[in-house]
Amino acid sequence: MEAVLDVATSTSTTASMLDQYAELLGEHVVDHLRQLGRLLAGKKVVHVNSTREGGGVAEILYKLIPLMRELDIDATWEVITGDPEFYQCTKTFHNGLQGWNVMPSHKMLAAYEAANERFAQQYADVLSSADFVFIHDPQPAPAITHLPHRQGKWVWRCHIDASRPHRPIWKYLRRFVQHYDASIFSLPEFAQPLPHPQYIIPPSIDPFSEKNMDIPEDEVDAVYDRFGLNRHLPLVTQVSRFDAFKDPVGVIQAYQIAKKIIPLQLVLAGGGASDDPEGEVMLQQVRNAAGDDPDIHVLLLPSDAHRTINALQRASDIVIQKSTKEGFGLTVTEALWKRKPVIGGDVGGIRLQVVDHYTGFLVRTPEGCALRMRYLLHNRERLSEMGARAQRYVKENFLLTRQLREYLALMVGVLRGTQDLIEVG
Amino acid sequence: MDSAGNSELKLRGCSQIALVTGNSATSLRELRDQLKVVPTSSIYQHFWGRLLLPHFAEPEYNNDFASWAFHSLQDKTLAERLSAVNPLDFDSPESLRQELIELVEARLEEREVLSWRQADHPFFFQFAQMVVFDANLRIDDPAKLSDALKHVPEGTIYYHFIDARRRNADHSDDFSNWLRDQGPKWREKADAVSKLDPYFSTLNGIRHRLIATLEH
Repeated sequence: MEAVLDVATSTSTTASMLDQYAELLGEHVVDHLRQLGRLLAGKKVVHVNSTREGGGVAEILYKLIPLMRELDIDATWEVITGDPEFYQCTKTFHNGLQGWNVMPSHKMLAAYEAANERFAQQYADVLSSADFVFIHDPQPAPAITHLPHRQGKWVWRCHIDASRPHRPIWKYLRRFVQHYDASIFSLPEFAQPLPHPQYIIPPSIDPFSEKNMDIPEDEVDAVYDRFGLNRHLPLVTQVSRFDAFKDPVGVIQAYQIAKKIIPLQLVLAGGGASDDPEGEVMLQQVRNAAGDDPDIHVLLLPSDAHRTINALQRASDIVIQKSTKEGFGLTVTEALWKRKPVIGGDVGGIRLQVVDHYTGFLVRTPEGCALRMRYLLHNRERLSEMGARAQRYVKENFLLTRQLREYLALMVGVLRGTQDLIEVG
Repeated sequence: MDSAGNSELKLRGCSQIALVTGNSATSLRELRDQLKVVPTSSIYQHFWGRLLLPHFAEPEYNNDFASWAFHSLQDKTLAERLSAVNPLDFDSPESLRQELIELVEARLEEREVLSWRQADHPFFFQFAQMVVFDANLRIDDPAKLSDALKHVPEGTIYYHFIDARRRNADHSDDFSNWLRDQGPKWREKADAVSKLDPYFSTLNGIRHRLIATLEH
């Protein structure tokens, strides 16, 4: 509960968040938030996910909740936890929703349902009395079925690339999701047939967070010595959890192909999320693939190494996100914000951010990835142009104020029972 | 006045959230079938509403149908024809729908292979919930309009110059309506503004053309 208190009581540091945004994006952006916020002032909003550290959902909530509170919305954040079988089960859901032919065992499903029942009982008062409950991803999805006397509106927020889910997994989860008042997906292709409105709201980053804020040049420069990088070689980086869908081994293959033509070095930087039990296995596969190449740097960073990741991304010439499935890919947004062209897998949310040939390149193979690395490293002017365009694109579309405005508008729309026009001013 | 009819122009802004209709198409034949049944608000969205959602201004194709035909079906011919459809040429959403269906059917007759070719990526029909804000700006003098337009957010341009055509019975925009009400001196400007075609342009592009017209 400490982190909840951190978030809830951090108004002194967050009082200026809206002002900072007004300075960066214009007064009107914040004024629109305030106009919507007035309609929701005093409402109790509870967000629920399964980890407070590591992963994009936690990062967004850590910033979104103080912003909501600054608008006088009573926003809080709760976390569902479970035993190892619960996490095995939810990781299997994650893999299955992203298309793998997998299904949790009966024992895992029992652990999953039991954890949700326990969570619902433990937080029954908070959840039942809330005006809005945002349930993030499958982990806490069944909690709704244990709270028949809930008073508010419940929204299921799916952050996963569910464009081609393994059908038995979706069939099982749909039993719970169908009870919600609305759902949110990051892209239209992820939406599934459901008996309620389905909103499309892409995630976002906070440009003032430790991970994205401007930092001094010498702090960026320091990563070379700290991680034993070569100052004379171009730096190509992928920042991601060590997860098969992020294809870190494919990135190593791409690097190996490109290196035959152009000298370069590769950083694969990742941390674990506390709800991901498969990270260790993948990390070992990555280390095996890297072998003894001194120009491949596999960095296992703690989940709070935001400033280090910031510096690594800024030190990089190119950022890679060669995922084979991707709900959105906040690391892509982070890199684009830092004026780095991104070579990304031609999948999911990456396709919304990497506009082929404009903000980076979309690729399907290690060969394609290597080709684009070579192209950008040979064409520095083009690399700079793309980087500048990338930052503008993020500024206009993928900052936290846009996501918050859409959440607020959704809440007003759901309260009023409309999906058409909302006039707030 | 809110938008037209009195001496003061109260500027508003807007934004949108997209929702899915539940309809999708994985081939041109399916696109035709879905075009017959989706709500007209969805067709409107794929022509106009896209301007307010996260998107990258694409120089070539200015509606989602044309863009899909090119990028997912690799059919440049159809993409060009769909891109040439100006929604302002149609007096009702239904007639625009009919034009799209006819263009797609004609193309299916021309190239049989398109009947069964699977698109690289399906087309997902969407519609939008619009949120209208007070822009906290009132214009009481037509001479001040161009200066105001230099600073308003893009949502204000969209609301008054594009979405107004859906709200106003005569499909006119709010700016020319208001200018026309400001006396004979402003009739010419009102006519010039009303003749600006907002299609084939970004919201920022529309802003610049409005300003140029007012300051000319």
